[in-house]
Amino acid sequence: MIQAPDIGKMILDHTSDSHLIELPFGVEIHLPGPWYIPGTHIDVSLTKHVVYMMFAAVLVFLTIWYAGRQVEKRHREGKGPRGFGAAVEAMVLFVRDDVAIANIGHGGEKFVPLIETLFFFILYCNLLGLLPWGATPTGNLAVTGGLALIAFLVIEIAGFRALGPKGYLKTIVMVPAGMTGVGAVAMAVIMTPVELIGKIVKPFALCLRLFANMTAGHFVILSLLGLIFLFANWFIAAGTVAFVLFMMCLELLVAFLQAYIFALLTSVFIGLMQHEH
Amino acid sequence: MHTLLMLLQEPAADAVKTALNSNALLGAGIGMGLALIGAGLGIGRIGGQAVEAIARQPEASADIRGAMILTAALIEGATLAALVFALLFKLIK
Repeated sequence: MIQAPDIGKMILDHTSDSHLIELPFGVEIHLPGPWYIPGTHIDVSLTKHVVYMMFAAVLVFLTIWYAGRQVEKRHREGKGPRGFGAAVEAMVLFVRDDVAIANIGHGGEKFVPLIETLFFFILYCNLLGLLPWGATPTGNLAVTGGLALIAFLVIEIAGFRALGPKGYLKTIVMVPAGMTGVGAVAMAVIMTPVELIGKIVKPFALCLRLFANMTAGHFVILSLLGLIFLFANWFIAAGTVAFVLFMMCLELLVAFLQAYIFALLTSVFIGLMQHEH
Repeated sequence: MHTLLMLLQEPAADAVKTALNSNALLGAGIGMGLALIGAGLGIGRIGGQAVEAIARQPEASADIRGAMILTAALIEGATLAALVFALLFKLIK
């Protein structure tokens, strides 16, 4: 009697973090066990997603640096860029011009390195999950929470430095233009909690959006593949594999789109805080 | 008699626990369906009005496409937040 496979367990094993990295040919790397910050239950050890994040960071550095050197070499020869360097240059210029500077306005050059780094790091993390034996670091709520925390700190601190304390306070105790007297006080009383909650909710939505998009895609693909094990039928397997191929192409699109949306929304929020008048 | 009452209470507690779990699953399922209806309506409207706007003014199509993708991603974010909380219902013991 064939035992019915536990698909839920398989899905959760494949998408969640663990201390075991599985590589082809049966190679398994056991990572050192949980290291707790003394006195808490916070685990700061190397886990699968941490290793993949470091790998993505090294990959970003190597590929973009190599592309930059290629572009510079051809620039010195007086020719335009070609090949991989041209593709990377197109993406970098797109993020700089149409995402960062278009949404932050003047003074946006300071934030271009941050937006570029966010875009490429999130893109590489998303794409690593689509490779065989890969894992998606951004499918982990802690990773996207960390990225959203960085975005939150940059938005608030840059806004504070650009507007000054009084201007920054005006973004919280917000009074629509042209109201005076009792109307202004009433609006301020209503709008202040709304603005405060908005400051927290916007980066939280960034975090949740990225996490849910990445995890949902993997859940769908793994559930469909689990169907093959459940039915153990050649025809169903053929149809399922075709559908999974289509879903993976959609995942590719979603990986690029989510990296772009994260960078775009971060630059929109920074721009909103820089120019309040 | 006492042991019989204790034995009867065991399946009752179990039944309550199973009922809670299946109610949680039912709630999660209905929640997911409703969230998906909202997302479909919202993104459908965006797509339709964006295409109409491009038809009326083809030279603004790049701007309209950018705005459409941004708004669709924001609505998708809200939907996926609902889905994540529905998943939470499934995972709570």
